[in-house]
Formats: sequence, structure tokens, C-alpha cells
Amino acid sequence: MGTLKLSETLSKHVGRVWNVAWHPKGNAFASCGEDKTIRIWSKEGSKWVNKIVLTDGHKRTVRSVSWSPCGSYLASASFDATTAIWDKKSGEFECNATLEGHENEVKSVAWSKSGNLLATCSRDKSVWVWVVAEEDEYECAAVLNAHSQDVKKVVWHPDNDILASASYDNTIKLFKEDALDNDWICMATLVSHESTVWSIAFDKTGSRLASCSDDLTVKIWKEYPPNNSEGVPTTDNDSTWKCVSTLSGYHTRTIYDLSWCHLTGLIATACGDDSIRILKEDDESDPNAPNFSVICTTECAHSQDVNSVTWNPVVANLLASCGDDGTIKLWNYIE
Amino acid sequence: MELENTNPSIYNKIKDRLVLPEEENDDVRDEFDAREIFDLIRTINDPEHPLTLEELHVVEDSLISVDNHKNIIKVLYTPTIPHCSMATLIGLSIRVKLLRCLPPRFKVNVEINPGTHSSEHSVNKQLADKERVAAALENSHLITVINQCIATRGI
Repeated sequence: MGTLKLSETLSKHVGRVWNVAWHPKGNAFASCGEDKTIRIWSKEGSKWVNKIVLTDGHKRTVRSVSWSPCGSYLASASFDATTAIWDKKSGEFECNATLEGHENEVKSVAWSKSGNLLATCSRDKSVWVWVVAEEDEYECAAVLNAHSQDVKKVVWHPDNDILASASYDNTIKLFKEDALDNDWICMATLVSHESTVWSIAFDKTGSRLASCSDDLTVKIWKEYPPNNSEGVPTTDNDSTWKCVSTLSGYHTRTIYDLSWCHLTGLIATACGDDSIRILKEDDESDPNAPNFSVICTTECAHSQDVNSVTWNPVVANLLASCGDDGTIKLWNYIE
Repeated sequence: MELENTNPSIYNKIKDRLVLPEEENDDVRDEFDAREIFDLIRTINDPEHPLTLEELHVVEDSLISVDNHKNIIKVLYTPTIPHCSMATLIGLSIRVKLLRCLPPRFKVNVEINPGTHSSEHSVNKQLADKERVAAALENSHLITVINQCIATRGI
């Protein structure tokens, strides 16, 4: 069993902190919350300090934040139905573009690997794909109405322009651009969860996806491309995604977020029972029926619900979390 | 506005709780119990009628459970009619009242008493979704209505 060692507790936000996101270089992160602010944190000596506060971008809760892969842009999704794009071109962080169009709360925002595409999703049940046209110009390339309920999370594939979304309708959907007519289409619907899917994360290769839900389970999905050796049937030359593992019995309340580390392969989960758990795939696990075990449970990681967890993309085993208790915590996982 | 349930059954209020001397002693650790939770929500007003949730038997102290050890409170409530369109609003009012009155360590589950509402599952799912509850409470019209339900009359 490993341990999660708390290295710092940061409390600058007022009220619930919804999301934390590492800068791609791993030396800074952004946080956002109920207090309508976005805070950017970086290291000063051995301490994490909050030097930048972005206050005037949103009129309501800021639900999620996401850095562009180049690290120059930060996108923020808000309950005020807009997504703001911030950059430092003038020397200071400023909002230089606001994406409008969703009918109500924007729940999540994510940049594609290339940095040319941006996805947002909303309680209005839609997922929007935006193309970065010119400097500070964003054009809507697609409005995807495949979900039947509130869409909670959007995540891009680590290498390709494939978008995954998770919803209150209990499903996960995958989207891609159709090469023939440049239309964005839903290529797969992943059905197995029995309640809201709150978050999803691809592994390093992008051939597997982890999901977490209000049904108290974590599921692992595997891609079976056309003509796969396992003989899993596919249609229209699209891959089939199959649930190959379900981890149940560990989480006692809704699982709000998870993060699949691309450096170590560990999965961290954020739970409504105030705990953070670390999952590890067993050695010599069967790829078609992998076995994941909980190797660490940190009870009372926060004094209220944990809303978000995210592994540092550069420093292995460094985890950031935030919760309803208004704090952000930094942890080191020690095997 | 037309009333949905024009002639609801009205029940007697239960007696006030006897306050024991040790409850007023700050040195004695006093755990929350179902009756105290009931006292917090019994005076919430029905959105339609000038009556409390207690008088309509929407809330009852036998349908409240408290686990002080695990910090879990569960409240089941019974809509006056199985198609009551106010069911979500009533549940939200109970949630907001408890959110404001209880220490943040408590996890509060507010659900419809099983078998008493036609859309029980979807109402429960909405009330359990803290993100949607948070968004609803930022809606100024809705929070005004909820505050009117929560406000105790005559005080």
C-alpha cells in the first residue's frame, strides 16, 4: 500500500473550489470556483503562491479551467453560459475572447492536443467544437446534440482529434470529424454506467478511457479497432469501445473526478466521501479484462467533498486536489 | 396561479420538543438527532398553500435518519399528490434550509419517500446533483421563491 503525503494546503478561494488544472510545463496551475475567480499559482522557493487572480471574466461560478497545450492560453467555463480565453500577450493575463452560444451553464472546456480545437459542453445538453481561426478568433465548427441530458465533461484524445464527453444521461460519447464532409459525428456511445458520468480520462496511449460516476464505480474502456485480433465486431470502420473492467465497492459516495497519470499509469479519484483514492493496474493484468486495485485511500483528504484531482504532467506522483471546503491541496504519492 | 392540489389533507402538528437541561449545557457534547433535523424543516412553507410541510405530512420525523458517526443525514419527504410539479422545489427548499443550518461536515441526502411520486427517480437524481443544485441557487428568481418557502411565518 502506498501513501499520499500532504505537502501543502492552499486556501485563498472563498467557498467551493471546483477545478484545478496544471500548466503543461508542470510549474504552475490554475484553480477556479464559486467565488467567480480564477487563480494562477506558481512556486516561489519551496512554496506555492497565488500571484495572479482573474476576477472580471465571469458573472457566475467558474466551473472548470483548461490550459492550451502550448501553455500560452487558459480557457475558463462558467455557469454564466460563456467560456473565456485568457492570455498574457500584453504582459498581464487578460481575457481576449469570450465564446458565447450555449443556452445555459457551461460545465467543462478542453483543448485538443494540436491546440487548434477547443470543446465546451453545457447543461443545454450540447457539446460545441470551436476552431481557433485567427488570433483571438474562434469559430464554432460543430454543435453536437447527441446527449439527451446535461453534459458534465469534455476531454480530448491525447494524440488525435477525437473528443469524449460524459453526461447526466449516464453515457459517454466519442466524436470525430468525418473526413468526407468535415462534419463532426458521434462515432461511439459507451453505455454501462447506471447514473451520471462525472468525469473521464484517457490513458497515455489514448486506447483506453477511465470514467467515474454517481453510481459509485470507476470503469475502464478499451478501444477495439477494425479487424482487431480479439474479434470484437466494429461498424463503419470505427473502433468499438468496450467496458473491460468495473471497480465497485470502494467509493461510498459520488465520484466527481479522476485523473489518469501519463507518467506512472496511476489513476486518482475525487470522491464525495471526502477521500482521494489511488488505483493501480495489477502487474500481468489481462489487457481484455484488466484488474485495477485501490492501492491507497486517503480518508478526510478534504473536510468536504473532493471535486477535482489532477496529476502533474511533468513531476511524477505530484497530485493537486480541491474541494467544497474551499482548499486546494498538493500531495506526493509515495509507493 | 391555479392550485394543483386544491384540497390537501391537513394534519395536526406534533408537540414541541422538550428541551432537556443537559442540552443547554455547553459542556455536554450533544449529537444531532432526527427530531432536531425535523424541527429545522417542519416550518418550511408549502409553495402552494399557507401551510407548513409538517401540516401537510410532507415531512415527518420518522422519515429522517441521522448518522453522527458518518456525518450522513437522510430526509425522505412525501409530496401531497403523486404528480406534484412542486416536488423538486420542495426538496430544494429542504436541502437549502439544512445547508444553511447544519455544520458543513454533514452530507445531506434529500429524497422522495419511495413510491409516493410518479417521477421519483428523476427528482431524486436532480436533488442529488450538487452541481445542478449550485447552479439553481445562483438563479435569483428561484432563490427568492426558496427563501419565501423557508422563511418562518409570524416571526
